[in-house]
Amino acid sequence: MKKQSRLHLPHPPARPGEAPDFSYVHLSPAGAVRRPDVNARARDLGFLATELVRVLDDSGTAVGPWHPHLDPTELQFGLRHMLLTRIFDDRMQRTQRAGKISFYIRSLGEEAVSVAQCMALRPGDMLFPSYRNQGLQIARGIALVDLMNQLLSNTHDMCKGRQLPVMYHSKAGNIFSISGNLATQFPQAVGWAMAAAIKGEDHLAASWIGEGSSAEADFHHALLFAAVYQAPVILNVVNNQWAISTFQGYAGGEQRSFAARGPGYGIAGIRVDGNDFLAVYAVTQWAAERARTGAGPTLIELVTYRAAAHSTSDDPARYRAKDDQEHWPLGDPIRRLKQHLVTLSEWSEERHESLSKELEALVAASWKEAVTFGTMTEGPRLDADLMFEDVFKDMPQSLERQRAAMRAERG
Amino acid sequence: MANMNMIQALNSAMDIMLGKDQSVVLMGEDIGYFGGVFRATEGLQRKYGEHRVLDTPIAEGGIVATAIGMGVNGLRPVAEIQFADYIYPGFDQIVSELARIRYRSAGAFFAPVTIRTPCGGGIRGGQTHSQSPEGIFTHVSGIKVIMPSNPHDAKGLLITAIEDDDPVVFFEPKRLYNGPFDGDPNKPAVPWSTHPKGQVNEGYYSIPLGKAEIVRGGAQVTVVTYGTMVFVALAAAAALGLDAEVIDLRSLVPLDVDTICTSVRKTGRCVVAHEATRFSGFGAEILSVVQEECFWDLEAPIQRVAGWDTPYPHAFEWEYFPGQARVKTALQAVMEGA
Repeated sequence: MKKQSRLHLPHPPARPGEAPDFSYVHLSPAGAVRRPDVNARARDLGFLATELVRVLDDSGTAVGPWHPHLDPTELQFGLRHMLLTRIFDDRMQRTQRAGKISFYIRSLGEEAVSVAQCMALRPGDMLFPSYRNQGLQIARGIALVDLMNQLLSNTHDMCKGRQLPVMYHSKAGNIFSISGNLATQFPQAVGWAMAAAIKGEDHLAASWIGEGSSAEADFHHALLFAAVYQAPVILNVVNNQWAISTFQGYAGGEQRSFAARGPGYGIAGIRVDGNDFLAVYAVTQWAAERARTGAGPTLIELVTYRAAAHSTSDDPARYRAKDDQEHWPLGDPIRRLKQHLVTLSEWSEERHESLSKELEALVAASWKEAVTFGTMTEGPRLDADLMFEDVFKDMPQSLERQRAAMRAERG
Repeated sequence: MANMNMIQALNSAMDIMLGKDQSVVLMGEDIGYFGGVFRATEGLQRKYGEHRVLDTPIAEGGIVATAIGMGVNGLRPVAEIQFADYIYPGFDQIVSELARIRYRSAGAFFAPVTIRTPCGGGIRGGQTHSQSPEGIFTHVSGIKVIMPSNPHDAKGLLITAIEDDDPVVFFEPKRLYNGPFDGDPNKPAVPWSTHPKGQVNEGYYSIPLGKAEIVRGGAQVTVVTYGTMVFVALAAAAALGLDAEVIDLRSLVPLDVDTICTSVRKTGRCVVAHEATRFSGFGAEILSVVQEECFWDLEAPIQRVAGWDTPYPHAFEWEYFPGQARVKTALQAVMEGA
């Protein structure tokens, strides 16, 4: 047969009407992957980029060298904040459907990524999130009402009505402003970390990106600069398999893991079960210790699944198999941590149900408070004059004139 | 006071700011050990250390992005983009990020980044080492755009840019690095040491952004220009024996509308000149402002002088460059019937 060049076109294993198939996801057994010394050289860590670090086995037991041995209270804190993230998401999704907010993005199935990683970092560490990291905000203790005010663009909106819903920030919480443009935060986090090193400070930076947007040049700039300057930064690729309708194969995931981009730049790359709270925590803690002890940056690929639509403007039934998240081999992060806590006799169905009710009430009360500061359609509204502020530190004459023109226009 | 060319003046500005403010860091391709391809940062790494004067990978997008991160973390980065022609890989980080971080976070975060970049032609740079992209940046809300025309201004404006909490893109017309060029490439080069603007205070001083300078007072016609075209305009007006008022904008954003309009109201005639291409160029903005503000004072249609709307051609550099001949044509047109 004549050999000839060919164009390879990545295809997801299942489209609508086909049976879900996740056989392409390489899994290591729980507890099977070696935990190297935190000061190991990146060149000796290649195996971490192809294996999958897992701690929780199918029975909910924590096994192997990555077991972080967290106190039950810490595990319960994690469970609480993952559950709160999910309940918050669910309520905001319904709120969007009811026309109260213009747009929303859920993190269903990915809650362990943000919550466990946030817990493994210190409050002084700077976070550069993507748009599906609300768990970071929630685990860092940002008040739900503040998040809701942003979603509503109301009079208490931290962004003063300038940003699409979910593009939060928290100066006090050390959470950087979410851009809405993809991947731009990744090399910015590296710069922040470089500055920390220049100033001789102990803080590190962490950033999150989807596997889809790892295709952007910014991703490569981040890895390059992180490697060159050995910046104290943790770069996280949340591989949830889908970028809207685009399968991860189109970001280059078919040929090698995303974690394997790390060793290519001389950075430790580590692939972890993103739905395993304990594994995510342990890997992040390991990377943080590396960063803080001068061993340099780490690229973490969190293997997870986007169980919901990309956003409220998206309908995954048009491009992927129905109910495929039910077949996802790494399960659900909340269910798995809950099972683990039950195994430890530190949790029960009753406590879970009571916690759910408590958190639902918290979300409901927060919403009730948020709407008193205005909604898109009712109640107090931000002064439109605000649109001219913060373009520059001091308003130039040209913008003062335009503000006056706008006022005249409104009569 | 000392004789300085524009490179030495810029170097002095950065030297002073590195010494004055621990948060100032320089970064860019070839700027550290080597001192920059135009020598603007010569000796500064030796003096202030590798942690403050950083050589970087050849990745303008990465340079701007990491500068932003550093700025957010309390540093005051001065990033050099080796040629303005190379700035485009960093364009998204400048336009979508740097320009809007203060706005989108309602003042919670900002990045006081200065981007220095040599621009303009006249050095046999061909289409990839000669561009004047300032107009592209003036169209972006949230960044200040500066272009000095002489050593004295370059130093004072760069110090102000570095101290400014807003992002600044600082264009350096590289044909003016060594002397005030009047547009005639066949004449022997005139060094800055022969020009009053080459006399530079060695210490700290700053020049406010947004203040144009009237480099020559005159009564018959106003020439609004900046960068490489300042000395070309002066020479062209002198050659025609015109009493022209020549305004060097120095700062495009913010724009000194008052100085422009006061002058045009006085002279009743206006020529706008820049080296950048004409169509949708910054000159169109000035022309529009003058038309809106000074229409009833105008004696003649405003004239515009610019580079042709082609890429900058290597072999036809001087046919492309808006030299004295093109300025004279515009001056004669605007003076018709006077």
